[in-house]
Amino acid sequence: MYTQALNTAETEDRGLEDAAKAAQFQARIDAEERIEPNDWMPAAYRKTLTRQISQHAHSEIVGMLPEGNWITRAPTLRRKAALLAKVQDECGHGLYLYAAAETLGTSREELVDAMLAGKAKYSSIFNYPTLTWADIGTIGWLVDGAAIMNQIPLCRCSYGPYARAMIRVCKEESFHQRQGYEIMVTLCRGSDEQKAMAQDALNRWWWPVLMMFGPPDATSQHSDTSTKWKIKRFSNDELRQKFVDATVPQAQYLGLTIPDPGMTQDADGHWRYSEIDWTEFKQVLAGNGPCNRDRMAARRKAHEEGAWVREAAAAYAAKRARRQTAQAAE
Amino acid sequence: MATPNTPLWEVFIRSRNGLAHKHVGSLHASDATMALQAARDIYTRRGEGLSIWVVPSSAITASDPAEKGMMFEPAESKIYRHPTFYEVPEEVGHM
Repeated sequence: MYTQALNTAETEDRGLEDAAKAAQFQARIDAEERIEPNDWMPAAYRKTLTRQISQHAHSEIVGMLPEGNWITRAPTLRRKAALLAKVQDECGHGLYLYAAAETLGTSREELVDAMLAGKAKYSSIFNYPTLTWADIGTIGWLVDGAAIMNQIPLCRCSYGPYARAMIRVCKEESFHQRQGYEIMVTLCRGSDEQKAMAQDALNRWWWPVLMMFGPPDATSQHSDTSTKWKIKRFSNDELRQKFVDATVPQAQYLGLTIPDPGMTQDADGHWRYSEIDWTEFKQVLAGNGPCNRDRMAARRKAHEEGAWVREAAAAYAAKRARRQTAQAAE
Repeated sequence: MATPNTPLWEVFIRSRNGLAHKHVGSLHASDATMALQAARDIYTRRGEGLSIWVVPSSAITASDPAEKGMMFEPAESKIYRHPTFYEVPEEVGHM
């Protein structure tokens, strides 16, 4: 059940949490039980999940912007219809995730306000621009491919509403990746200019996509407790490696070159990539990526310009409720 | 005046003829008509349903998971409600 305890202030006091309850909670996690909204949970578990799920939701919503940029310029009607459906899916994913986050006791309005105020983060990848049509193919192939790697283990996350939302998301995500790869195949089988465009997009997206998996295991600040609570099932580096191993053959099929001259395949078949430039990642997270300001400005503008719709819907509902009350009194 | 938070609704979908409506998630909408339309757009983009129910979340009363031991105890102790409690001679065969 998704609703209890909504819009209520957090009453849990970490000082008062008794050790017995915490131990019982961990035992449930260890036994692979799912935690549901009304169950007792440590305040830090609630806080961690609220942060993670709402950031995930913000990412889906902001993620509509780079692709939305190309809807009116898609090369054919088939591509346009597919892109429109994909962007609509991202919106749906954002809504499933906000609903899951809300079950932890913070309202969607508060979560959205935190994002608009710049207090909540979203995935760093959406701060890069979509310069050509090949970027749309690359986003579907690589960004959605990386998202699937990240999201499949989340379907078994210990928090029930998040796990269930991820199952829905993953079912829909596969279409996104396939439509992206199809765009890449078409471009790579096309003219020299088209193939060059595909290579250029791969060159620009490759490293930012590897950064999507987050900081290396040695420096990740949230991993230990998230692993203990079974929110996270694989480490950042494990997922990144899995992604690289899956992607290299796909790039080879396209005849594209991964922009990492130092990449080698080791004896176990794993593709070893070069050092990632984490200063770039930190800069983008700090708000200094190529499009951070544009994305925030676009979200704020959309929110402000939608205010009259929210107000009108609320006023209409209030008028209808008043009329019903009056009729009932007659 | 600040716009009040948009009410929350629980969504139930009948996926196929003959099946019961099943809870699929929740959404925000200012009234029932908009809740139904939003449920169609959010939860049935790929033909997942034949029928949708939306219920104001505030109308749902839930049992307390912390009390589940006491709540379901009456069923726990009545093993004679299960068919396997009764012995039927083997010669009689499947019953």
